[in-house]
Amino acid sequence: MYTISKNLKLTAIILMVVGAIGLIYGFINVPSSVEEVHEILASSDAHGHADEAHAHDDEHAEHVFHQLQNKPWASIYTAALFFFLIAAGALAFYAIQNAAQAGWSPILFRVMEGISAYIFPGGVIVFVLLVLSSLHLNHLFIWMDADVVAHDEIIANKTGYLNIPFFLIRAAIYIVGWAFFYSRLRKNSIKLDEGFDPALFKKNFKLSAGFLVFFIVTESMLSWDFIMSIDTHWFSTLFGWFVFASMFVSGITVIALVTLYLKSKGYLEQVNNSHIHDLAKFMFGISIFWEYLWFSQFLLIWYANIPEEAVYYVQRIEQYPLLFFGTFFLNFLLPMLILINTEFKRIPWIVSLAGVIILVGHYINFYVMIMPGTVGESWSFGAAEIGSVLLIGGLFLYVIFNALTKAPLVAKNFPLLKESKHFHY
Amino acid sequence: MASKVLNVFYKDDDILMEAVKKVQSKNYRIEEVFCPFPVHGLDKLLKVKHTRLAITSFLYGLVGISVALTMMNYIMIIDWPQNIGGKPSFSLIENLPSFIPTAFEMTVFFAAHLMVITFYMRSKLWPFKKAENPDPRTTDDHFLMQVSVGNNDIQEVAEFLNTTGAVEIDLKK
Repeated sequence: MYTISKNLKLTAIILMVVGAIGLIYGFINVPSSVEEVHEILASSDAHGHADEAHAHDDEHAEHVFHQLQNKPWASIYTAALFFFLIAAGALAFYAIQNAAQAGWSPILFRVMEGISAYIFPGGVIVFVLLVLSSLHLNHLFIWMDADVVAHDEIIANKTGYLNIPFFLIRAAIYIVGWAFFYSRLRKNSIKLDEGFDPALFKKNFKLSAGFLVFFIVTESMLSWDFIMSIDTHWFSTLFGWFVFASMFVSGITVIALVTLYLKSKGYLEQVNNSHIHDLAKFMFGISIFWEYLWFSQFLLIWYANIPEEAVYYVQRIEQYPLLFFGTFFLNFLLPMLILINTEFKRIPWIVSLAGVIILVGHYINFYVMIMPGTVGESWSFGAAEIGSVLLIGGLFLYVIFNALTKAPLVAKNFPLLKESKHFHY
Repeated sequence: MASKVLNVFYKDDDILMEAVKKVQSKNYRIEEVFCPFPVHGLDKLLKVKHTRLAITSFLYGLVGISVALTMMNYIMIIDWPQNIGGKPSFSLIENLPSFIPTAFEMTVFFAAHLMVITFYMRSKLWPFKKAENPDPRTTDDHFLMQVSVGNNDIQEVAEFLNTTGAVEIDLKK
């Protein structure tokens, strides 16, 4: 049995407290009126358009005011969604290993289950944020604003899908559905520890296959709802896959990092460097898959340059150039060059380094997907953004390591376990 | 002094692996092993050096992407920068997305083909090459280990090899 170390618990709690303080500071720091924004704009050199009409200035200040109001909301939303989808990515990986009857990975099943345990708390946080949005406490989703919809024919035509009750029902179905599959899989997996029963193994196989079908449909719709609908005027067909690649590679990376951590602490002795090598191969391959989708989406829109689609990238390239192109280096080029070598994929510190790069890169990927539609050019990395990541990240760490203490770190009696223990590549 | 070499035949890869270990423990020199299919772990046992083909492939890939980008930069940007459907042909970076599919394929093309050709050259394979296997049965169901006798007594070596599960031992002609 694994026991959570005091240091880790303390680290998680400190992260949560510091993050909460940062986030609260971010909320307090929001300008309370348009006049305040006027003063901010007047004092900054970048906006010294003294000759421009006053009415235009007013409009601009109001625009910036709404963006700044959105900023702490958007940052907590980005962080909450990112960590929630990491847990979902880990569960998808777990289900794939189960359904494919992989022989190398059963020794890591409990690690995957531990990470997936964050699905329920993480999903609740995301859902609460969506409910707050639909109560008009923030303006993350412009289609929730009845005033905007009334004057916007394009959004008005989408209200059949994008309306608050239906939106919340869908969100609940995704989150409850995933949590349901997770709890069933976990329950059967723990029951298998008591004694081998072929029926339980078969049940988990079928559950995993069913989950994967349910998952790919709901994940695709989740990406339209939770992320794409922020840019309500824009649409892209491969968006669901794009989000999936991002969460999947992040999930695998977290599995690798947690495995390396537990192994370095002396748990998981039977995990050898071939297991690490396989995880690193997945990180490498799915990073390239992510890049393939990132580029395909960009290339098709850039090439045809249809204004209604291209505006999405125009805004990102003009306002977020470093972050937008930075994801290319963090999520593709660096992991590819680091992890292409067979020997490197077996060395813990190199895999950890690549893992941290990938996680930072995919957080930025989510940031670039969510921020332009909510805070536009008023983005910055301040207390709210860093605080949100620390707050949710601390909670994530606490939940997953707490879940790891609930069951033995290596499943007993799993039919493919012996093969997994002797796995060598 | 040309050393004599014994051709030792086995019928099973597990027996072959055990025989290799035994021969190595006696410090006889194994010249070559012929197998009808890859035997997992045999290369490690024989201490064959790890292949560097993957490294050559990576370098060929770099050559491929350089060729592709240089070619397209010269043709599309430097030599005749036409306006084709409004694509920005002012610099390579502005028009880069449209060149990526070609650059990718050229990278793969160079990496794959040049590596395969390197493999053929290093392992000396080409059409009309005379087959080198000492016995046609080694391509079907026999494993063959060639052990050089060196300064040892040929009878003694052959008798030892006979204890390793060999089905046939010939003196190489």
